[in-house]
Amino acid sequence: MTPEEIITRLNERFPEHGLECRVDKGHAVVDISLDRLSELLKALKDEADFGFNMLMDVTAVDWLERDMRFDIVYHLYSVDHNHRLRIKVMVADGQSVPSSVKLWTIADWMEREIWDMYGIRFDGHPNLKRLLLYEEFKGHPLRKDYPYDKRQPLIPDTWPVRDEQQKMDDLGIHRP
Amino acid sequence: MRYRIREKPPYQNVVDRIIGWGRKYSIFFYPFITACCGMEYMSVASSHYDIDRFGAGLPRFSPRQADVLLVVGTINHKIAPILLRVWNQMAEPKWCISFGACASVGGPYDNYAILQGIDRIVPVDIYIPGCPPRPEAVIDALMKLQEKIQNQKHPLFK
Repeated sequence: MTPEEIITRLNERFPEHGLECRVDKGHAVVDISLDRLSELLKALKDEADFGFNMLMDVTAVDWLERDMRFDIVYHLYSVDHNHRLRIKVMVADGQSVPSSVKLWTIADWMEREIWDMYGIRFDGHPNLKRLLLYEEFKGHPLRKDYPYDKRQPLIPDTWPVRDEQQKMDDLGIHRP
Repeated sequence: MRYRIREKPPYQNVVDRIIGWGRKYSIFFYPFITACCGMEYMSVASSHYDIDRFGAGLPRFSPRQADVLLVVGTINHKIAPILLRVWNQMAEPKWCISFGACASVGGPYDNYAILQGIDRIVPVDIYIPGCPPRPEAVIDALMKLQEKIQNQKHPLFK
């Protein structure tokens, strides 16, 4: 289906939702509220004429000044029909999103990455812990209010090894 | 770390020079390669720039058999304990070269993930600037390291 056909078909399927759809850069884009998200995703996965059997990406966008602070963006692709859809959900800080691991298994790692980088929780995720960073990390580094030069306490901000090395270099001896 | 200078025997200078001469021409690298500087290391190690001329041609991929730890590329906080462990596994005498801007000072990555210079965890003898360094810079660093080894004291009995 072309993006316009997808939008028409979506509005036929969910007439009561009043979906805000548009075509942006050649892709159909749907804005939807958080409480209707899981119903929409399930329909898109299971119904044969949509057939979105591949979740290409789940990611988040941080709009710091906005009231609903985050966007969760789903990129869906149908291998059978060769069409794509982008879904955007607005999420406030501290709000949690229904997990889509039961629909697409790959969402496991993507949602863990979003939790790691943005601190958005996913309800129903089987194993929601950090994916890329280490457990001792404090904060979520891709939030806009995370200072870029903030350092974590795992490795201290001092140079005892380098100072010792310079002392030994001055004396001209090899390290004992 | 404590160290002391003992009274040395009168022949110690000659012994130091002989041992230093031997050690500087038999360098075995341990290449700890994590990023794109590794390409430059390969170019240096292969025949065009041939560091075998300096007796440093054979990399050992076991830290137990290596003399010089060559940290090539970006070191982040997650791999830093592994780097320290590799350094502690190397047998004395050992030296360390920090290859490229990332390993030396963090390079362009002033962020939450990257270690701002490996000299916070391992003592570095020679820093090579550049992003990535030219092979000539690496050869220059190797010659400087050889000069340093030659001029160091090499106590055999502690």
